[in-house]
Parts: sequence; C-alpha cells; structure tokens
Amino acid sequence: MPAVSKGDGMRGLAVFISDIRNCKSKEAEIKRINKELANIRSKFKGDKALDGYSKKKYVCKLLFIFLLGHDIDFGHMEAVNLLSSNKYTEKQIGYLFISVLVNSNSELIRLINNAIKNDLSSRNPTFMCLALHCIANVGSREMAEAFASEIPRILVAGDTMDSVKQSAALCLLRLYKTSPDLVLMGEWTSRVVHLLNDQHMGVVTAAISLITCLSQKNPDEFKTCVSLAVSRLSRIVSSASTDLQDYTYYFVPAPWLSCKLLRLLQCYPPPEDGAVKGRLVECLETILNKAQEPPKSKKVQHSNAKNAILFEAISLIIHYDSEPNLLVRACNQLGQFLQHRETNLRYLALESMCTLASSEFSHEAVKTHIETVINALKTERDVSVRQRAADLLYAMCDRSNAKQIVAEMLSYLETADYSIREEMVLKVAILAEKYAVDYSWYVDTILNLIRIAGDYVSEEVWYRVIQIVINRDDVQGYAAKTVFEALQAPACHENMVKVGGYILGEFGNLIAGDPRSSPLVQFNLLHSKFHLCSVPTRALLLSAYIKFINLFPETKATIQEVLRCDSQIRNSDVELQQRAVEYLKLSSIASTDVLATVLEEMPPFPERESSILAKLKKKKGPGAVSVTELEDSKREGGELNGGGDRGPDTSAMSASNAVSRHSVTSNLSYVFQSTPSPSADLLGIRSSAPAGTAPASAGNLLVDVFSEAGPAAPSAAVNDDGFLRFVCKNNGVLFENQLLQIGIKSEYRQNLGRMYLFYGNKTSVQFASFTTSVSCPGELQSHILSLNVQTKQVEPLVEGGAQIQQVLNIECLTDFSDAPLLNIKFRYGGALQNLTLKLPVTINKFFQPTEMSSHDFFQRWKQLSQPQQEAQKIFKANHSMDTEVLKAKLLGLGTALLDNVDPNPENYVCAGVIQTKGQQVGCLLRLEPNAQAQMYRLTLRCSKDSVSRRLCELLAEQF
Amino acid sequence: MQFMLLFSRQGKLRLQKWYVPLSDKEKKKITRELVQTVLARKPKMCSFLEWRDLKIVYKRYASLYFCCAIEDQDNELITLEIIHRYVELLDKYFGSVCELDIIFNFEKAYFILDEFLLGGEAQETSKKNVLKAIEQADLLQEVRHLIKITPN
Repeated sequence: MPAVSKGDGMRGLAVFISDIRNCKSKEAEIKRINKELANIRSKFKGDKALDGYSKKKYVCKLLFIFLLGHDIDFGHMEAVNLLSSNKYTEKQIGYLFISVLVNSNSELIRLINNAIKNDLSSRNPTFMCLALHCIANVGSREMAEAFASEIPRILVAGDTMDSVKQSAALCLLRLYKTSPDLVLMGEWTSRVVHLLNDQHMGVVTAAISLITCLSQKNPDEFKTCVSLAVSRLSRIVSSASTDLQDYTYYFVPAPWLSCKLLRLLQCYPPPEDGAVKGRLVECLETILNKAQEPPKSKKVQHSNAKNAILFEAISLIIHYDSEPNLLVRACNQLGQFLQHRETNLRYLALESMCTLASSEFSHEAVKTHIETVINALKTERDVSVRQRAADLLYAMCDRSNAKQIVAEMLSYLETADYSIREEMVLKVAILAEKYAVDYSWYVDTILNLIRIAGDYVSEEVWYRVIQIVINRDDVQGYAAKTVFEALQAPACHENMVKVGGYILGEFGNLIAGDPRSSPLVQFNLLHSKFHLCSVPTRALLLSAYIKFINLFPETKATIQEVLRCDSQIRNSDVELQQRAVEYLKLSSIASTDVLATVLEEMPPFPERESSILAKLKKKKGPGAVSVTELEDSKREGGELNGGGDRGPDTSAMSASNAVSRHSVTSNLSYVFQSTPSPSADLLGIRSSAPAGTAPASAGNLLVDVFSEAGPAAPSAAVNDDGFLRFVCKNNGVLFENQLLQIGIKSEYRQNLGRMYLFYGNKTSVQFASFTTSVSCPGELQSHILSLNVQTKQVEPLVEGGAQIQQVLNIECLTDFSDAPLLNIKFRYGGALQNLTLKLPVTINKFFQPTEMSSHDFFQRWKQLSQPQQEAQKIFKANHSMDTEVLKAKLLGLGTALLDNVDPNPENYVCAGVIQTKGQQVGCLLRLEPNAQAQMYRLTLRCSKDSVSRRLCELLAEQF
Repeated sequence: MQFMLLFSRQGKLRLQKWYVPLSDKEKKKITRELVQTVLARKPKMCSFLEWRDLKIVYKRYASLYFCCAIEDQDNELITLEIIHRYVELLDKYFGSVCELDIIFNFEKAYFILDEFLLGGEAQETSKKNVLKAIEQADLLQEVRHLIKITPN
C-alpha cells in the first residue's frame, strides 16, 4: 500500500482494498465481498443516520466492488444523497458513482437531474464542472432532455469560467452524439464557431471537438469555421516551440489542437477564398518541411507529436486530392517512413499510402515503393504490419505490376497467419481476375490459391473460376489440362476436386486425345477422390459422371457400374441416392440425342459483378479494400457511358451486372449442389425455380408426388410479389388471387405515414374469422424498434362482394431494411386461408425532397466520400428506358429530381433527406443510363451507410 | 475515443472508462477479449491494431497496460500521446506513480482522467491546468486522513 494517500484518505476503504488483495482465492474474495456488502447494507438500513463521511466511504466501497466486476444493486439512493452535500469530495464521489453505475430508475433520474440543476446554477465553477462531467459521462437521453437547451447558454456566456466552458463544450458533444435531435445550436452557432478564436488554448481544444462533430452533420451552417481554423492553425504552425508555454508538448506547439484543426478542415472541400487557401497550403508545406528538420528532442514523445500532425496534414492533402505537388511530397515523406526503425511509423505509413494509391496524382509515386512494401510483407515481425503491407500491395496493384504482386501475395500466403488468410485469398482472386490479360495465368493463380490455402478459398472464389472458364473458350482446354494435372497430387484439397470435377465434366473432351488423359483415366482420377469427399462434393462428382457418359460413350459401362453399386444407389444420403438413381436411369433409357441435349455444355453465365469483391467488401472495413475499387469504378463508369480506355477482354471480365452475389452462388450451386431434382435442372428449367428456395420444397419430384395426396396445407410463405412495385408509388393493388384483392393507398409526411388497406372479397361467399396482423421481423423487432406500426383490428366478417378498410399508422424511428409483414387469416367455405404479404413500407417513403444547385450537389457528393457511404450497382434495364417514365419513377421515389446538375444531360441526379424520428439522413442519387448497352449505373451516397445499401437494393429493381 | 482501459500484466482491470453507451455484459466481453489480445502481443510490436471496426492504441508502462479504442478517423499517434500525458498527470499527482497508487486511489485516477478527457475528447491538454484543477479540489476537502499501513 502506498505510504501517502493524496487527498482525503478513507481508511476503511484502504483496509478493505487491502483485504481483497490479500485474498488467496476467488472464493475467499467473494466471501470477503459478501461480508462487506452485508455490512454496508445494514449500515444503510440502520436506524442511525449516517454522516456524510461514512456514506461517502460506503458508496466508494460499493463502487470498488462494482469495478471488480461484481453486480451492485443498491446504494444508488445514498449516492444521490451525496450529490447535494456541500462538501466537495462527498459530492465528487456521489457523481462518480452515478456516472459509473448508470441507473434507469426514473425516480432516481429525477433526483439526479435536480442535483445537477442545482450545481449548474450554483455559480461555483468546481461544482458546475462536476455536474457537467456527470452529464458527459452518463450522456443519457433523459439528461439530454433536461439539459440540452441549458448547456449552450453556459458555453457561450461571457461570464463563464474557461474551465466550465471546456466542460460544457464536450458535455454538449456527448449529448449531441446520443440525441442529435435535442441539441439545437440555432442562434448559438456563430458564437460557438467563434470559440475557435478564444484566447484560452484549452477552450479552443475542447470546443473544436464539438465544432468538428457539428460540422460533419451540418456543414453549411458551420462553414465559417474554415477560415477561422486556417488562421488558428497558421498561428500555431508558425509559432516558436516555446510560444505556447504549457500547450507546447515536448517542443511541439499544441499538437492536439493542431491535429484537431486539420481534422476539422477535412469536413470541408478546399477553401474557395484564394487567400485562405494560400495560407493553408503554406501551413501544409511548413508541416512537411518540419518533418525534414532534425528533431529537437530524442524523446519518442517529440517525434510522435510531430508526426501525428504530419499524418493528419497528409490526410487533409489526400482529402483535397487537388494539389499534385503536395500529394507527391506526402508520398515521398511516407516512403521515408516505410523504412523507419519505429514499427509504429512503418505501420502508419503503409496505412496512409493505401489511400494515396487511389489518387491519380500520386498513384505512380506510390508504385515506386513496391520493393520496400514487398520486403515489409516478407520481413515484418508483427502481423498487423504485414497485413498493412498486403493491403497496400493490393491498393497499388495495376496492370503493370499485377503479376509481380500476385506472385508475392501467393508466396506470402504459404506462411501467412491464419487470421488473415481468407482475406488474402479473396484479394489474390480479385487481382488475378481484374488484371488477367491471359486467362491461363488467371486459372493457374486460382488453382495455386486452392493448392496453397484450400481451406480459405470460399465458395465465391471457386464459383468464379468456373464461371470464367465456361465463358471463355480460349482457356477451357488449358483449364482442363491444368486441373487434370493438379488432381494428380496424392492429397489435393476438396475445393480442387470440385473445380476439377466441374471442369472435366464440361471440358474433359478437350484433353481426351492424349492417351495420358484419356476418358477412363480422367474418370478414374476423379473417382479416386470420391470417397474422401463430403456429400456436396460427391453430388457434384455424380453430375460430372453423367456428363462424362455423354462426352465419352466409352465410359458408360464403367460409370453405370459405379452408379449401380450399393454405396451409391442405396446411399443413406437422400440427395446422393436420388442422383445415382436418376442418372443411372437417364443413362440407360435416354437415346444419345436426348442425352446430348440434356447434358449439353453449360451455357455462358451472364456477365456480372464479381461476387468475390462483394464478399471482400463485406468482410473488410473501408481502409484496405476500397481504394482501388473506387478508382476502378470511376474508370469503369467512364467506360459504361462511352469513354474508357480498357481493352475489350477486361471489360468483358469485369463489366458488372445487376445480379447480386446471392444469385451468383445460387445459380451455380443450383446445378451442381443443392438441386433436389437434377434431371429437372439438366433439362434446362432451372430458371423457373426461384433462387434460394429451400431444397425440400423446390420441386422435388419424389416429395411432390407424395405430397399431392395430402391435405392442401395453408401457405404461409411470404408473398412479396407486389412489394417492389410500390417502391416508387404509393397507391395500387398489392395482391390479388381468386378470392381476395388487397388495395393500398398511402401517404407520408416527415417520419410519419398512414396506410389505408382495402380488402375486397371477390367471391359471393362470406369470409369468416377475418383477422389481420402486422408484425415487424428481424431487425425491426430488435431492441431498436425501427418502425412503429399501429393498427386497429378489422371486423371479423367480410360479406361476399364487400370491401373493408383498415388504417395503419406508421412511424419511422430509425432507418430500416426489412419490411413489416401483414398476415391475413380467414375462413372461406370452411378452409382456413393464411396469407402473409410484405407491406410496401420502404425507407424511401420518408424522403423529403431537397432542391440544390449543381455546386452544392457536388460539394455534398464529395463530402460523402467515405467508401461505405456509397453504394453502387450496375445493372441491365428491365423496363423501358424512356425519359418520362424514368422521371416519373424518380419523382415517385420521393426525392427532388435536380435539373442542370450533372454535366451529362443523359444522367439523373436526385437529392433528399430521409426523416426518421431519431435522425435525418441526407441522400444523393445518381442514375446513369446507357441506352446502347441497355444498362444503368446507380450510385447512392448517404450520410448513413446502411441507407445507401438499402436504397441501392430497392432501386436496382425499379428500372 | 470510445473507451480506455488500464490493466495489469496479469490481466487485472485497474480502470475502465467508457465513452459510448454499452451494457455491462458487452463491456465485460470487450474487456476480456481486448486484454487477451493485447497481452498476447510481444514487446516491440506495433502499438496499433485493428479490432472489430475500431483501432486499438496501447502502451505499456511498467506493469500497466494503457489501452484506448479510437474510431477510424482518429489519429493513432496523438492518442499514444494522450496516454502518455495521462501517465504524466498520474505521475505528477502521486509522485512517481505505481500500480498500487491506482488501486488504492482509484477514484483519484478517475477524477484526473475526467479533468483531462471528457466524452472521449481532450478537454485540457496543459499539465499545469489539469493539476491545478485537481489540487483545487483537494484543497476543498474537509478532513485529511493519512493512512499508515505498511505495504503488503
């Protein structure tokens, strides 16, 4: 125990802590704690009123016990009592307890708020700070409701002490983060911005965090902060290291404030005012120059503080992406850091270079460091640094260095840490595909991937290689030869067997001329792997075998024999057994012509966005993945709309399509994996079954035959046919069958909506026990209720030919993706009818259109430039591309359709704000049609990423 | 900053400060995972790591690990110096601080942190000003109990 205890010692507490530390076992500790809890409880309950000191001591003990990880369910009231003590340390302990053990009891909250209110109005700065700290630490909605309007006043009042201002600024920031709707700056805005000019550096340091957060959300209202921030920064940067007294940290003037100023500027585009911009560029240059000066101290704190500013300055330079000179200087500076002896600097340099690689001005400069980065990948001892190196290699990859980078990544993969293998595999697969000039290299790369890291090769990767081989005749022979060779290995990965089975089944004939890979040799090779494989792979191999019978009639007898043996035809796995039985039958009764038709080579897959990319995006956050993608999507976009300098071969490879990842996988797996009835899909009707249906119910011949005799089970599957038709309109018929028609009329204002449902009985017979219910599935139902749907029950009887009406009141609390479900049950002639429909309540219904100028639009567009804020899809037109039709749809969406904004008059841009109860989400949309190709590119940028994604999904189905 | 944790080499949590609302269960889970991750790292490794969608910045001082979770946009190096400045503040206040000071005077460690960081952002970076605020508070105390128990 320390000899000196500063401040107010609490002897009892120290003894207790000592006791706990002396406990030899967990049990002893728990016993001691229980004893203490019993003691405290009895003191609190005792008749004798406790004095302030004892109360403080016991509350502090409870706090200690809680912080040890035990539950505390009493003492709150005593802590609240301490708040109104006029002894500072008692008050302080009370506040600490309240901040750590936040309680939701409303009576307590009222008492706490009262105490805070008293302290805030006490004019005693120490008490005021304590109260503000407590609000900032708790930050609950109740506190925001009670104090959000009071604190801005304290913050800007002329007579407020500096230390109180500092606490008030950050307190407000915390409240704004939890309840932005309650913190209204309004009239205070300009005075808050002017805190940047405050004489007290501490006030500026605290205020700037608040201003940055507010600027991100309301850039226009706060834009005057830009010039103030630039002049403040300029004063700091040009000051001597001693000017700022205690705000100088290891010879670096005000490093925290400098970083925050640079960070604030990243909320805005480059200043338009020439003088301001000139001053800022000067600052940035000075910061870059200082990096070259000899250090003023050998302490790591000096270099860290200095480099923190440097990295923040580089972030700003990258954000502006408009000063080639600065970008190249930044890149050179980072290049020096790549070989620095400080691991931290190497890590940050690799990370920062990743973003530089995406700028057209610095991409080439980044590429010059390739050898250093490869070396880092090989020699860094820390996996997180190696990971950054791999990310950077991925980001700097282009046509010129793809082969080298892919080769290095492959060889790294052999020893890579397990934690990053899957991601590495995806990256290699993407680069190989994106930059493949000759496809034999691509096939080699993917097969190598499977060989080296088969366990980490996800389905998307091997599906993709098959898609590409099927679509490109020039590589099919090579692929067949290569997989054949790869399968020779005594132990090869199951994924290799899958690819091998599929490719030989399709293209084995291309290498059958060579006696070393004659049909029978191929078959025996495949079959030698069969018994070691899992059920899905075996199912795939069986399909390959039936394809062999068609390709090579001479193998028919051998294969039939295999199919006929008990382990196949009586396999305990239903899927395998069924395949064996059906294939055997098919091969014996069908004529060669029929066989040839049924087992024809797979038709080319429609070109589509690489499913692997989607997977990588999902797996990784922004930093690592996005850069080249972004850059590339820029280029690809140009191509889609005319320009573009890519060779035809790559555009065919990477031209994206509207088909989502889900259907990519289901499409392929449909044929070879999960199909319950192989003969059906081999006959080419696979498109008729919806993707993703559960295998058991999707047209399984056997099951169907039997189930027909059973009673017609009431269907409860969700019907969402009508759903998508209502994205851009509010009224119409949602559902209709022989019995029932359901019409919809709906109107929305702000975050509220009202939907009228009309149920029409189309028969002449009464519907009995007619009930409806609305439920919110999945995320809607989770603890954050996104959508609040209220409805009154309808009359239980609907006469023949009659129509009844129901009203739903809808409130959008926060953004959401799932739709509410409407379940309808009624009796029609004794049979229970059960129907579930997706209600067309989509996030776009809560749009408020926003008109803006071209300049404003692109400025905001640029502000929403974080990769996750953007969602993009390129897809084929499903409907007429007529201008008027498109305009009507976009207006129906709820946004404002902006004219004269996009330089290309063919394109459409829209802007709107989604109103939810909790927040507003700004959304910008750009739709670029390409009439020639009958394609669209749709881009959404929203202040909330989930909204971008959801809108993109919804809209891609509309055009 | 989303939270700050102080824990010992044995994995004992000594201080926890959360700037985002989380349930006790989540806090315990995060703490367990992070303590494990950080303790498993070797000396000389990079002080930064990606963890979930956050960046972790940590540094070891004697027997204590100081560990901060920051967001994507935040600056790693300056966070490292936030940690250092906090250590300096503790050091100045306790006079060559050690783990025991923080155990026995945990409430002081919290008070000093609140003067320095509020809502996860730097409130006052001047060492003098922070200590002045704390000393002032100490002057306001009513009784001074000196504890004299031999160290265990």
